[in-house]
Amino acid sequence: MSVILVFLAVIAGFAGWWLSHQRLTAKPWLEQGLAGDFVSLDRSALPTAKIGLGVFLAVVGCLFSLFTSAYFMRMGLSDWRPLPLPRLLWLNTGVLVLSSVALQCAVVAARKGQMDMVRLGLATAGLTALAFLAGQLMAWRQLTEDGYLLASNPANSFFYLITAMHGLHILGGLVGLGRTSAGAWNGARPERLRLSVELCAMYWHFLLFVWLCIFAVLAGWAATFIDICQRLLT
Amino acid sequence: MVDVTPADAVPPAEVGEVELYHPHSWWTKYVFSQDAKVIAVQYSATATAIGLVALVLSWLMRLQLGFPGTFDFITPEAYYQFITMHGMIMVIYLLTALFLGGFGNYLIPLMVGARDMVFPYVNMLSYWVYLLAVLVLVSSFFAPGGPTGAGWTLYPPQAIMTGTPGGQDWGIILMLSSLILFIIGFTMGGLNYVVTVLQGRTRGMTLMRLPLTVWGIFTATVMALLAFPALFVACVMMLLDRLLGTSFFMPAVVEMGEQLQHNGGSPILFQHLFWFFGHPEVYIVALPAFGIVSDLISTHARKNIFGYRMMVWAIIAIGALSFVVWAHHMYVSGMHPYFGFFFATTTLIIAIPTAIKVYNWVLTLWRGDIHLTIPMLFALAFIVTFVNGGLTGLFLGNVVVDVPLSDTMFVVAHFHMVMGVAPILVIFGAIYHWYPKVTGRMLDETLGRFHFWVTFLGAYLIFFPMHYLGLMGIPRRYAELTDMTIMTESAHHLNSFISIMAFIVGFAQMVFLFNLIWSIRHGREAGGNPWRATTLEWQTPHTPPAHGNFGKELPIVYRWAYDYSVPGAKEDFIPQNVPGSFGLGPSREQP
Repeated sequence: MSVILVFLAVIAGFAGWWLSHQRLTAKPWLEQGLAGDFVSLDRSALPTAKIGLGVFLAVVGCLFSLFTSAYFMRMGLSDWRPLPLPRLLWLNTGVLVLSSVALQCAVVAARKGQMDMVRLGLATAGLTALAFLAGQLMAWRQLTEDGYLLASNPANSFFYLITAMHGLHILGGLVGLGRTSAGAWNGARPERLRLSVELCAMYWHFLLFVWLCIFAVLAGWAATFIDICQRLLT
Repeated sequence: MVDVTPADAVPPAEVGEVELYHPHSWWTKYVFSQDAKVIAVQYSATATAIGLVALVLSWLMRLQLGFPGTFDFITPEAYYQFITMHGMIMVIYLLTALFLGGFGNYLIPLMVGARDMVFPYVNMLSYWVYLLAVLVLVSSFFAPGGPTGAGWTLYPPQAIMTGTPGGQDWGIILMLSSLILFIIGFTMGGLNYVVTVLQGRTRGMTLMRLPLTVWGIFTATVMALLAFPALFVACVMMLLDRLLGTSFFMPAVVEMGEQLQHNGGSPILFQHLFWFFGHPEVYIVALPAFGIVSDLISTHARKNIFGYRMMVWAIIAIGALSFVVWAHHMYVSGMHPYFGFFFATTTLIIAIPTAIKVYNWVLTLWRGDIHLTIPMLFALAFIVTFVNGGLTGLFLGNVVVDVPLSDTMFVVAHFHMVMGVAPILVIFGAIYHWYPKVTGRMLDETLGRFHFWVTFLGAYLIFFPMHYLGLMGIPRRYAELTDMTIMTESAHHLNSFISIMAFIVGFAQMVFLFNLIWSIRHGREAGGNPWRATTLEWQTPHTPPAHGNFGKELPIVYRWAYDYSVPGAKEDFIPQNVPGSFGLGPSREQP
């Protein structure tokens, strides 16, 4: 359970940092009035939707940390036989990076108000994300054809489960991206569109980060890395 | 030290107006409503309905335990199904849903001075997914093989094997699906509760001016958002084990002389995931109760809460600590002695912030102007019960004490006291307290007092004797113990007594339900602020609050939530939205 504890420590650190700016040592029973000198404490200047997405991403991060924790715990048993990762996953990773880059371009364009570039960015991001999903399915097919079936070994089960979960999250993101694109083509208000594009980009970057982490875990580099760290420490 | 701004110089609230959704038809107003208040009532009604099912299940269990062999239809299989469903419904579908979905939805927007939740549409979806989860759960009663009988902890491998009721039938599948749905629905609601507290607060409502109810619900929601994914992961993996033959949790098992196809799974992995959710869950239920009880005591003792800052810090500390104690549920599963030592230590450390809270409640009562209203009675009963259950928790937190007691009725007594009876008492108190705001009428006083005394004394008569049964070594989870030498004559009598008390207490709940329904039309008119309370929900222009909560302009907050019996003030309470110049004696300026 160490992965999830590290993740929660990060969350706790962030929460602690935020709380430390909220004057938790105030003595509210002595302070009447509008508290004009700390109006900044009322609420964050960030758009509410972004904070909502941030909280949601913390939950998603928690979910994948738990999958990873379970993976590491099962990996510790002696009969662990990891499956060989298809080379196709490298290509998929590249496609997903491209998708994130395209959305980032859309964000930049939306801030400058270049509608054509926004549309181009959104379309590219959507298509590359679909290509990523197709690539993941092909990787699954390669593995099943090579005899690495879902139920034949715990390592296989974990591989299919974690990649499927990640894929489902991308799929959910595509729904949001679709709605944003519909707005981009039907002439939504510029500031509203900018916010939607930024939200999409935030989600995309996060899922890319999650993918890079679980790719490292599934490929075994994360375990090697932890091993090296442990040796350095002891 | 305080700059009191004159009232006329204050500009209107700068909070950006939310785009309120305005319902157009009866359907969108009362059924598919996006108004947090309607959603709160929907959540509460659904949770109460499914809670009644769990109440009846507990009666059936008590029939079997109190009068073994008398009722033929309660087979051992049926008994396990009753236990499982009773536990799961009470913990998740009743307590979690009622505290967060019910009270959270109703009180957060009103108490922080918002018009509604920040994402009303998602909030509505949250309820409907919750309802779907409940329906899936209920459907398992009618599925072939009946509901699962795996125990509320659903430990594999037994949960998905042939001997367990529902293990190879629909029971376990529906249970896991229902939990997955519940978690999805809760996440939608939870996002709303958290972000509304962060972003929906009206002008002047700093975090340190929030009523403790909001602090409790807020912290509990944050914890739930981080803890429920563990249950989600466990459920998904077990569902795959059951349906697709994977081996996440299933080791190589020989069942009835036949080797199962599973191989190489780890049942302990499930226990870690389950309790990583399961322990925070205790505090997900307890923290809202702590918060609500603080407000009830302060209001009905007409005195500011003692040690507000400490109360807030204690809530945060309990929330954080509760994530590093989960393995104390697994002492009997076997672990490295150092781990046992670590988890025993963290478990006992939680007693410190909890004790701070108890002392502060008692010190709030000290020299207060205590009104023994029904909400106050329930709040006082909560303190006693919680201390009682908490103390046995100190016993069980130690490895050497837990191991012999773990499988006995002592554990049943402990957790029913601390997370069954105690939070339920708060829920009752809170309903008596806020019912006038929700409906505009008071609950009937006589019926309420009857309900309180029967419930409080009855719950003690049910669960206190269980401690003795546990110390005698009577095991839990067993459907039938008649032939064991351990079951002495006196233990039998005690069991029958507990069962009879369970029926009486259950009957009192029917009286309460009657009161709830009867008072909607026939209760005494409450007026806007019957308890003369300070928090914003009592200051709404309409009672029940209209759509949008606060009329034309949002209230502006000038003070904390506990200005009761302020020296020199005209009344014994000053609402949060009354400007600073009102009724302030110079003595208040001294620290």
